[in-house]
Amino acid sequence: MATTELDQTGTTTAARAKPAPSRKSFGGVRIYDHVVLWLGVFLMMGPLVVAFTTSSFDHVLIHRQGMQFGWGGQFAETYSTVLNQQGGFTGEVTGWLMTKNSFILGIGFAVGKIVISMLAAYAIVYFRFPFATAAFWIIFLTLLLPLEVRILPSYEVVQQLGLVNTYTGLIVPLIASATGTFFFRQFFKSIPNELLEAARIDGANAWRFLIDILVPLSKTMMAAIFIIMFVVGWNQYLWPTLMTTDETYFTLVRGIKQVMQSMIGADIPKYNEALAMAMLAMVPPVAIILIFQRMFIKGLVEQEK
Amino acid sequence: MTTLRIKNVKKVYPNGAEAVKGVSVDVEDGELVVFVGPSGCGKSTLLRMVAGLESVTEGEIELAGRVVNDLEPADRNIAMVFQNYALYPHMSVRKNLAYGLRNRKTPQNEIDARVNEAADLLQIAEFLDRKPSQLSGGQRQRVAMGRAIVRHPAIFLFDEPLSNLDAKLRNQMRLEIKKLQRRLETAAIYVTHDQVEAMTLADRIVVLNGGQIEQVGTPAEIYANPATTFVASFIGAPPMNMLEANVTGDALEIEGQSLPFPRSHRGPVRMGLRPERMQINGSDAGLNAEITVLEDLGATRLIHARLGNQEVVLSQDADLPVPSDGKISIAFRPDDVHLFDRDSGRRIDA
Amino acid sequence: MEKSQFQNPWFPYLLLLPQMGIIAVFFLWPAAEAIKSSFYLEDPFFGNATFVGLDNYRDALSASDYKRTAWFTAIFTVLVSVLSLALGLMLAVSADRVLRGQSTYKTLLMWVYAIAPPVAGLIGVMLFDQHIGPLVDFVAIFGWEMRVGVNYWDTGLAMIIVSTWKQVPYCFIFFLSGLQSIPTSVKEAAKVDCRSETRRFWSITFPLLAPTTFFLMILNITYAMFETFGTIDLIVKDQPGNSPVTLVYKVYRDGFRGNDLGGSSAQSVILMIIVLLLTIVQFRLIEKRVHYN
Repeated sequence: MATTELDQTGTTTAARAKPAPSRKSFGGVRIYDHVVLWLGVFLMMGPLVVAFTTSSFDHVLIHRQGMQFGWGGQFAETYSTVLNQQGGFTGEVTGWLMTKNSFILGIGFAVGKIVISMLAAYAIVYFRFPFATAAFWIIFLTLLLPLEVRILPSYEVVQQLGLVNTYTGLIVPLIASATGTFFFRQFFKSIPNELLEAARIDGANAWRFLIDILVPLSKTMMAAIFIIMFVVGWNQYLWPTLMTTDETYFTLVRGIKQVMQSMIGADIPKYNEALAMAMLAMVPPVAIILIFQRMFIKGLVEQEK
Repeated sequence: MTTLRIKNVKKVYPNGAEAVKGVSVDVEDGELVVFVGPSGCGKSTLLRMVAGLESVTEGEIELAGRVVNDLEPADRNIAMVFQNYALYPHMSVRKNLAYGLRNRKTPQNEIDARVNEAADLLQIAEFLDRKPSQLSGGQRQRVAMGRAIVRHPAIFLFDEPLSNLDAKLRNQMRLEIKKLQRRLETAAIYVTHDQVEAMTLADRIVVLNGGQIEQVGTPAEIYANPATTFVASFIGAPPMNMLEANVTGDALEIEGQSLPFPRSHRGPVRMGLRPERMQINGSDAGLNAEITVLEDLGATRLIHARLGNQEVVLSQDADLPVPSDGKISIAFRPDDVHLFDRDSGRRIDA
Repeated sequence: MEKSQFQNPWFPYLLLLPQMGIIAVFFLWPAAEAIKSSFYLEDPFFGNATFVGLDNYRDALSASDYKRTAWFTAIFTVLVSVLSLALGLMLAVSADRVLRGQSTYKTLLMWVYAIAPPVAGLIGVMLFDQHIGPLVDFVAIFGWEMRVGVNYWDTGLAMIIVSTWKQVPYCFIFFLSGLQSIPTSVKEAAKVDCRSETRRFWSITFPLLAPTTFFLMILNITYAMFETFGTIDLIVKDQPGNSPVTLVYKVYRDGFRGNDLGGSSAQSVILMIIVLLLTIVQFRLIEKRVHYN
């Protein structure tokens, strides 16, 4: 049925499109669109390009002549310094270490969120139990409490639990928000109920149904959520800033603050290294959404439903 | 022997809605019983209660000699074919067929044997390693049946299995289901809202309406002796004409016209006449009526006519002539007239 | 028909346990603490607290500093939300219409989504820097001496620009997908009925995008109020002297820097109430949409 529909629309658009483009492409409409889009691309990408090119120059030159648009030839030195130089008060933290911590946070956040929200959504959608509605509302409540508004008491709780400067303290408080659960709940509800019935007739118990049917069916969804959540986790700033006073737990994004502080009061701030750091902090999340663009968009817009 | 006994089964939903209001039916060994009725008549609910997908509020379901009310679907020895097939989209056809057996810890060689046997029977052997999404509607339908067959169940449950197929494929698959069921000699319940499917497939038909049984019988019985006006107009296409008439002992009075009619019943009735059991009479000895619309269906022709204030439909061979002035006289045998009580809608045999 | 479900006395609770455990420890407990300490005057970290009723709220709301911050937050939120919505829509409409290069445009325009707010803030700091910033040089052409970090509104403007820049791709992605999900048949019917492309957009396309617009509006507000923290922190260079900040930033500053636990908590609670109101609005809209379909 899907194929016939496709054919129909295909032929209608083809038949209709024929006279239209010749008029439009000369009528200026398409040119307007391209101009708008080029302007958009310029505004979106321009700052990044300038930031990148500037990072390849020497900081003294930047200080004297401003941000640069060409190629400075200092690329290798600057980036290798940022990655390998042992900085901070203790002299233990390097760019590589921060990159590793960022990956731990990004992946830990995404995986943790997927696992716990999938289990919770499974319970809410597929089980009849007295607590179900209450559970749903408690999870919903978390939407009302973004981390930023309860930051101080959250910090104190984590401190009391002795989790400051641990990966657990860094990741776990971040993963239990409602978004992931709602996402999976929505997806599970879209799965035809007959599948559950067929599986029950085939003798699958609740655990088997989850593992044999739901998890494989959710693969694409899980991948999409993983991409989004990895980016969100990687980009966390406030919580890591508070939670990690030990520099060996710094992430790249957290390191940005450090870089900024080191620039304040310096005679000639190391602009190049600061920008190199910014570039490093953006590469993995940008790369992942560009490589998995289709899946990322699908996952993102699914939230609206 | 009786495979399935449904004894006085009721279904009341938590919100108080009564979907099935006390139904009793038996399904004999090897018999194909069709539950037919309009949507909301309780036929699917009844089937799902047999499958164990809905709880039974009251009454008993006894399968192969044991009461299964409280058994999980997997433990009931049933197999079900769903309307939308409900194939596991991420599993190959082979895995789809084997999944239930694997969960029952059937030995692997037994699983392979049963899957291959079913695949041969349904001619899907070449698709065994494909995913459901790579199959056509008809092929998916076969896989769904294959999944039922490999279980070697005591009874097959079909829930409108053909309604997602196009008309041509539907006719073909209907025939195949019937052949297959005969060959396997396994009892089956088949739920449909399509009276043609019911007539062609069934050993016995159960006509349901409003959560209750209207009539149980072979297709021939139900066609020939519908127990109620509901059954009379539900079974048969085009539906039976229902006319307000009066029986006076030796005559039938309708719209001021009178025909000789030797039946003992007297009084006002609802009179049923099948379109295919009426003819246009050469003389004007029958009921006089006036043609309003003609519908040519190729082999047959439907003649819509006005009889006083009432509408009738006749079905006759397309080759037979129709008077050009539109005035006809309708003839029929008195034996083909069904009489129903106007108030209760029940059949009057006297 | 009722959805058939499993019944098991303990399994669903087991499934919910991780989620509920984390929520209890890291959401409910801190939130309760925040509400409680908003009614107390507390000696920070020593815990001898005195109940002061609504004093903290009164103090917070009447402080001129708070009013100023609230005003800036309102202006900031409205501008960032509306601007990113408008720019995202404009780009999406064009991207939806072009046949050639659509996926390239899409890729280039969504890139910025993945950038962390503080990273965007850092790049912004550079672009608006007194010594090296090309944007400062650019506006100087028009005789405007822009002093981000010194002048209140110059700093605020930089925050708005950077935050909008970061949010445009998000709106763009949603609008483009919304536009592409409008059925071809509807677009074709509109073409038959209306010749003017502009009119067609405002009378057919835009109303059909209404759900997406509402959804994005809510998300943009949430973004502007909470997620811009990193951007703002970088632009004020961690030393907000005379610089504008948002309410969330103030909660953080008063709590961690000023050690005013009660005042900070009261501000937290006020923010929670704002989020609650936003959520109610969102729910109303969702209900309305269900009604439509």
